Amino acid sequence: MNHPLAPEQRQVSVRDLAWLIAALAVVVAPHALRAPWWLTVLTLCLFGWRAYFALNRAPLPSRWLVLAVAAVAMLGIWIEYRTLFGRQSGIVLLVLFSGLKLLETRTHRDAAIAAFLGYFLIITNFLYTQSIPTALLMGAALFLITATLIGFSAPQRAPRANLRTATLLLAHAAPAALALFLLFPRVQGPLWGLPQDAYSGMSGLSDTMSPGNLSSLALSDAIAFRAEFDGPTPPPAQRYWRGPVLWDFDGRTWSIGPSFWAEFTPPRGGSASYRYTVILEPHNRQWLFALETVASLPRGTRISFDGRLLSTTPVRARLRYETASVTEPEPVAVERAGALRWATRLPPDSNPRAVALAQEWRAASASDLEVLARAIAFLREGRYLYTLEPPLLGANPVDEFLFTTKAGFCEHFSSAFVVLMRAAGVPARVVTGYQGGERNIVDNILTVRQSDAHAWAEVFLAGRGWVRVDPTAAAVPGRVEAGLARAVPETTTLPLMMRPQLEWLRGVRDRWEATVHQWNVWVLGYNPERQRDLMTSFGMRDADWRALTAVLFTFLGAMTAVLLIWSLQRLVRPDPVQRAWRAFCRKLAARGVERAPHEGPRDFSARAARAVPAAGGSIERIGALYIALRYGAHATQPGVARLRRMVREL
Amino acid sequence: MIGRLLDRNPRFANWLYGFTPPERGTVVLVHRRVYIVPARLGWFFAGTLGVLLMGSINYALSLGFALTFFLAGLGLAGMVHTARNLARIAVSPGRVEPVFAGESAQFRLYLDGRAPFDRPSVLARHLGSGSQLVVDIPAHGIADAVLAVPAKRRGWLAPGRVMLETRFPLGLFRAWSYIEPEARCLVYPRPERSPLPPHIGEAAAGALHAPTAGSDDFAGLRGYQRPDSPRHIAWKAAARSDASTTRSEDLLTKQFAGDAAAELWLDARLLPGGLALEQRLSRLAGWVLAAEQAGALYGLRLPGVELAPGRGDAHRAACLQALALYQGA
Repeated sequence: MNHPLAPEQRQVSVRDLAWLIAALAVVVAPHALRAPWWLTVLTLCLFGWRAYFALNRAPLPSRWLVLAVAAVAMLGIWIEYRTLFGRQSGIVLLVLFSGLKLLETRTHRDAAIAAFLGYFLIITNFLYTQSIPTALLMGAALFLITATLIGFSAPQRAPRANLRTATLLLAHAAPAALALFLLFPRVQGPLWGLPQDAYSGMSGLSDTMSPGNLSSLALSDAIAFRAEFDGPTPPPAQRYWRGPVLWDFDGRTWSIGPSFWAEFTPPRGGSASYRYTVILEPHNRQWLFALETVASLPRGTRISFDGRLLSTTPVRARLRYETASVTEPEPVAVERAGALRWATRLPPDSNPRAVALAQEWRAASASDLEVLARAIAFLREGRYLYTLEPPLLGANPVDEFLFTTKAGFCEHFSSAFVVLMRAAGVPARVVTGYQGGERNIVDNILTVRQSDAHAWAEVFLAGRGWVRVDPTAAAVPGRVEAGLARAVPETTTLPLMMRPQLEWLRGVRDRWEATVHQWNVWVLGYNPERQRDLMTSFGMRDADWRALTAVLFTFLGAMTAVLLIWSLQRLVRPDPVQRAWRAFCRKLAARGVERAPHEGPRDFSARAARAVPAAGGSIERIGALYIALRYGAHATQPGVARLRRMVREL
Repeated sequence: MIGRLLDRNPRFANWLYGFTPPERGTVVLVHRRVYIVPARLGWFFAGTLGVLLMGSINYALSLGFALTFFLAGLGLAGMVHTARNLARIAVSPGRVEPVFAGESAQFRLYLDGRAPFDRPSVLARHLGSGSQLVVDIPAHGIADAVLAVPAKRRGWLAPGRVMLETRFPLGLFRAWSYIEPEARCLVYPRPERSPLPPHIGEAAAGALHAPTAGSDDFAGLRGYQRPDSPRHIAWKAAARSDASTTRSEDLLTKQFAGDAAAELWLDARLLPGGLALEQRLSRLAGWVLAAEQAGALYGLRLPGVELAPGRGDAHRAACLQALALYQGA
């Protein structure tokens, strides 16, 4: 049966389509940065094609033509990605579908489904970035799509009115959204296997180190993690954030060696201790970062025998953990023999000059400590250049670095140093992580960036255990105290923000990053754990999903009730004059004089005055006053009050 | 099935719908009377929400959760807004012009928004006939909906149940309400064209000298008198004079030959025998129209009913009403 409100029976107008295309364009715009160019062009063409049909009132292309376009585009996507079901390929497929759906949009039902697809496309953007600008853009998209949907229901209405309604609706949706966000029982994902490429593009340290890979990481301004200290922030020279420890060396590349869990024993003593919270950016690896030496194991983590802090699963979402560290604890001078043997292994026949030099030192030294001192002196006096753009190295990179090129980044220094130590028979290993971090002047939070990536060494000395040695600091003293920017020569191209000239810009950035930090902690970092914390602070200890659901539904019910009351309140209530008149009519009706629907106030009061002669005078006065107040130029406050009194006294 | 059940148990239906039809005067659609269910699009929307929620959980997307929950809130707010779009509308029936059987009665409903906001896309549908239209009620304003209801039989026609429906603003929910306003339309018998009766009978003798055949021949103008049909007023002549000063006394009535004093009795007894009552009434209605058109002075005589000869729209209406409501001798 014909039903004028049924969306499947209403044809879309040009206006509806214009709104829909604009809203979808906003949603898919950020994908243009990531999708193959031809797909962006194709999607735009599909949008334009649909607009062309609408403007010319031409019949839409046949289903077969649309299917043919779809098939060709899907083939293209398959060639590009070799799959249709990966994350990236799945998303570009959805973007393509938004254009294809428009091409078969005839009725409001199709258009509404395209709008729902638009809502869905919003979330695909969040798979790449959940930054504040993205959130703002997608908020705008949400608003536009909502206004578009409203336009479908009210074809005759002015677009401005629809925008107003959209604003009102979103404002009314906000409390429920907030309640759901805070109280909806959160489950830690994933629910099923994720596509292979789900976590591509997360940057950070890797489990190997070869010449050149740290220095390329150091060119990135991206944030590795943030640390919020309870109390004082450690001085720059103490900010060694321990990450992967590398044991195996093949002559060129260092990699993580054996992994054993260790029983955690908190270090004793120490010159200073720090308590802090780390908010780690996802890097798709298991290791966590903590200041050396970690004194408290965060919940859900373990420690390896070489002092790496490890999470049980790869960090794929921003992770927040609390921990504590001490500096210069009492030495632990025991290590198993196997590990010490491992720490002196070198591949045969590689870097012969370095090995020969180290053996020379060994022969001339009485102790390991003396070998160490010679090595440090060698690096300090070698006039090595610290650079972000190290020259490429050949087959024996340590030899070439030490004796030929004499220019390198921390990975070169630490690698060469550990090779020298091992060649001299001193157990040594490479430790990678971050060194330094910048304190935000706005919120005092220490921000550690990829550009702070660093590699240093540890040597095992009898009676003192593993001792940290930073060969880079030995060769280039400024690196650790003043940071990367002051340590490299001025001609080196630094990440934009690390340039000393841009001090004022850094102030702006600090403020922005403080905001971003709050965003990360409160919006993006809201997880089952934080939800529990929040419930506890509301006095609900151990709130399980049932308790959360109960609270949630109570709130939603209350909110709907408030909205309903609001929807009634906003309706016009009769003004006081009208109310008084109605009371007057009711009183007379009780005396048997009922006002006929057609009877005006003058006729009615005249008739009523005749019918109730006892009160005739006041009835006529009330009628006259009512007419004066209601139809006169202006109703005065005393006049209204008098009318009400007279009616009451009648 | 439920519909049939409700038809059979009107009291249950009245309880369910919250009112007893017909309702006099202005009917306010209180919340109790506004029903709301998700429309098909609403289910699609819920499905989208489900997929979004799964995706958010699987990829641990905080903003995905935020989006999902915002849309859920939007659905909830949309529901309240859809109900609000109908709630507290005041419906009052308007005047209904009489029609002939076989035509459509035009029931007019005034939908008073009584609100500072507009109420777009309100569908009014007459359930019996399916006649429907969509109106937009402006803020602080009134919209009128005219529902054409086929008038099949003469007599009084009540409109029966009318449904008001809306899906504004998001189309996710469908809110509706039933009303059965007290209005009625007078339905005249279906007129049947047939030659006017010859002027016979007690009053006819004197009237016969005017030839009825020439009743359409223009004969001249005379001053307007109250009973004159507006159809015979010389509007062109009135328009030519100064419009602002024209009063009814200044109007001229066109006179037609045969108009002068023809007095016609439209008597049911003049009809050929063997006709059923409805057919007789139809013939009489046709005569009334023809006589009025001819400008004759005519009276109506039915068993038990007699209307003195007269002329003009009021007389015509009186005659037709008598025919419409005639119950038989």
